Amino acid sequence: MSAVLQADGLGKRYRRRWALTDCTLRIPSGRVVGLVGPNGAGKSTLLNLAVGLLTPTRGRIDVLDAPPALGPAELARVGFMAQETPTYSGLSVADHLRMGARLNPGWDRKLAEDRIAQLGLDPAQRAGKLSAGQRAQLALTVAVAKRPELLILDEPVASLDPLARRQFLQGLMEVVAEQGVTVVLSSHLIADLERVCDHLIVLIASRVRLAGDVDQLLATHHLLTGPRRDPERLQAGQQVVSASHTDRQSTLLVRTDEPILDPAWTVEPVGLEDLVLAYMSPEPTGRGGLTGVPR
Amino acid sequence: MIWLAWRQFRAQAAVVFGALAVLAIVLIVTGLRLRHWYDTDGLANCTTGDACDALTSWFTGRYSWLQTLLSNVLILFLPGLTGVFWGAPLIARELESGTYRLAWTQSVTRTRWLAGKIAVVGTASVAASALLTWMVSWWYTPFDKIAHNKFDPTIFSERDLAPIGYAAFGFALGLIAGLLIRRTLPAMATTLVGYIAARIIVVYWIRPHFQAPLHITALLQQPGAGSARAAKAPAVGQIPQGSWIVSTKLTDPSGHSVGAIRIPLGSPCMATNSCVAGYHQTLTYQPASRYWPFQWYELTLFTGVALILIGFCFWWINGHSLRPASGGAAHASRPDATLPSQQAPAPVQ
Repeated sequence: MSAVLQADGLGKRYRRRWALTDCTLRIPSGRVVGLVGPNGAGKSTLLNLAVGLLTPTRGRIDVLDAPPALGPAELARVGFMAQETPTYSGLSVADHLRMGARLNPGWDRKLAEDRIAQLGLDPAQRAGKLSAGQRAQLALTVAVAKRPELLILDEPVASLDPLARRQFLQGLMEVVAEQGVTVVLSSHLIADLERVCDHLIVLIASRVRLAGDVDQLLATHHLLTGPRRDPERLQAGQQVVSASHTDRQSTLLVRTDEPILDPAWTVEPVGLEDLVLAYMSPEPTGRGGLTGVPR
Repeated sequence: MIWLAWRQFRAQAAVVFGALAVLAIVLIVTGLRLRHWYDTDGLANCTTGDACDALTSWFTGRYSWLQTLLSNVLILFLPGLTGVFWGAPLIARELESGTYRLAWTQSVTRTRWLAGKIAVVGTASVAASALLTWMVSWWYTPFDKIAHNKFDPTIFSERDLAPIGYAAFGFALGLIAGLLIRRTLPAMATTLVGYIAARIIVVYWIRPHFQAPLHITALLQQPGAGSARAAKAPAVGQIPQGSWIVSTKLTDPSGHSVGAIRIPLGSPCMATNSCVAGYHQTLTYQPASRYWPFQWYELTLFTGVALILIGFCFWWINGHSLRPASGGAAHASRPDATLPSQQAPAPVQ
């Protein structure tokens, strides 16, 4: 499986503060990849490094087998929608499309105009007067109509209301279905990602805590409920992701490729949100239960 | 890229060049009348005499409001203001509003993006000042013929070539201030201060040394009884009209430099008219014939510095990443130590 993005020991420092340290990860192609993590995990820094808006302080990053933003050809292969979806507030919707046409050799004019028409945006409207949702759609249109191989979206729905959020993600799904583009989008809301992503990367403090196809992650994680017991005494091959105990009962989130055989456990499937939150919450005290997940 | 730069800039350009067009009409009408008066009232042939002085003073008072507007407002400030209002926000506003992240992720390099902006806005800045200077120089021609002082620092800076250099410099200074400071208003303020400082430094400390100045020394002459009290400075009469006197120096009979000649009241020398005997005055000056070379030096100096600053901008914009305006990175101070790293997984039972 080829990688659209490969980072190796990647680090970025702003003056004295490190926003990203020693980040090593690999994003496979042909997927819709969700990059999730708490605020400050370095998601935005990573994506800005990936499009060449930032340059690494340490390590290296390759996007589509080349350093990011190396030249016009490399820039043309990656579409980017920045956080807070910046647009030129004084320029109209049509001006933004004209800008896209002039600055991108592979510009798909029909695609852009069709999308704007389908969204019901007035081409003469100034971008500054659009709602946040409309502005995000405009930015997505500009990013998509350059016909990139890789589309990187940095917190695209963070500032949108629930309805606009749903419409945006729906629009994104249509683009993916029509163009087969690889998408990487970051969010701190798992519910958004669950709807669109088929691959998930959980980034915590610059490190990949969890990475894998969503189906596989759901198939290998189980919620076990049963009489209280020490989570260290479990079937071989079971990794405890999180554990909580009452006086008489233990609830464990376990990762395993094997079936759960112990009849004392009640086994339930786990939702993606609970799964991710379990990886994001701090390590249970006194135990070495949390582990990095092999890629 | 030029299209985008022009699309963002055209409204401001229309205002300034529209205003220049209106000004051009005013200057053509009034300038032609000034030339008419100059030719018909005999000013061209008149050199000395009371009638001539009266005529000159009448003529130089014509359109004084327009002279004030041109000389004390427009031509003095325009080259700097284009730097402040066009140069400084050019990059700063994109960085401040985050739109650089849209622009820099299209299929053009930052170098081309910057080149497009400079091509449109830089050219417009220089063109606006060049046009204004050309109009002002034409309009002032009759006045300048009478005044014979084109080397005067205030006039020198407002005619012919010099303001073109100032405009290029002001623009480049605004550009670099915007790029380094990354916020529009502070960049504008810095540009204004830097521009004024550079102009002052050049007038006082650099322009006098474009070429080694000439010196002339002459004996002071005691004014005759009943005439003006000041001693005459014969040296002034010996240098070409319109020369720029950079400094004057007074030396006493023993050759020491003195600030002023003090003559005690009732001093015996008063009677013999010998109080300033043996005193010399030395003038350091740039002759009037150096006006055009000096205009070229001034233009070259400011344009050269502008090109260096612009070159630095190109280097900086490619070599330095610009921090995102906001986002997750702002909270990245949590310690990593509490979380196990992927490289060293904790043991699993």
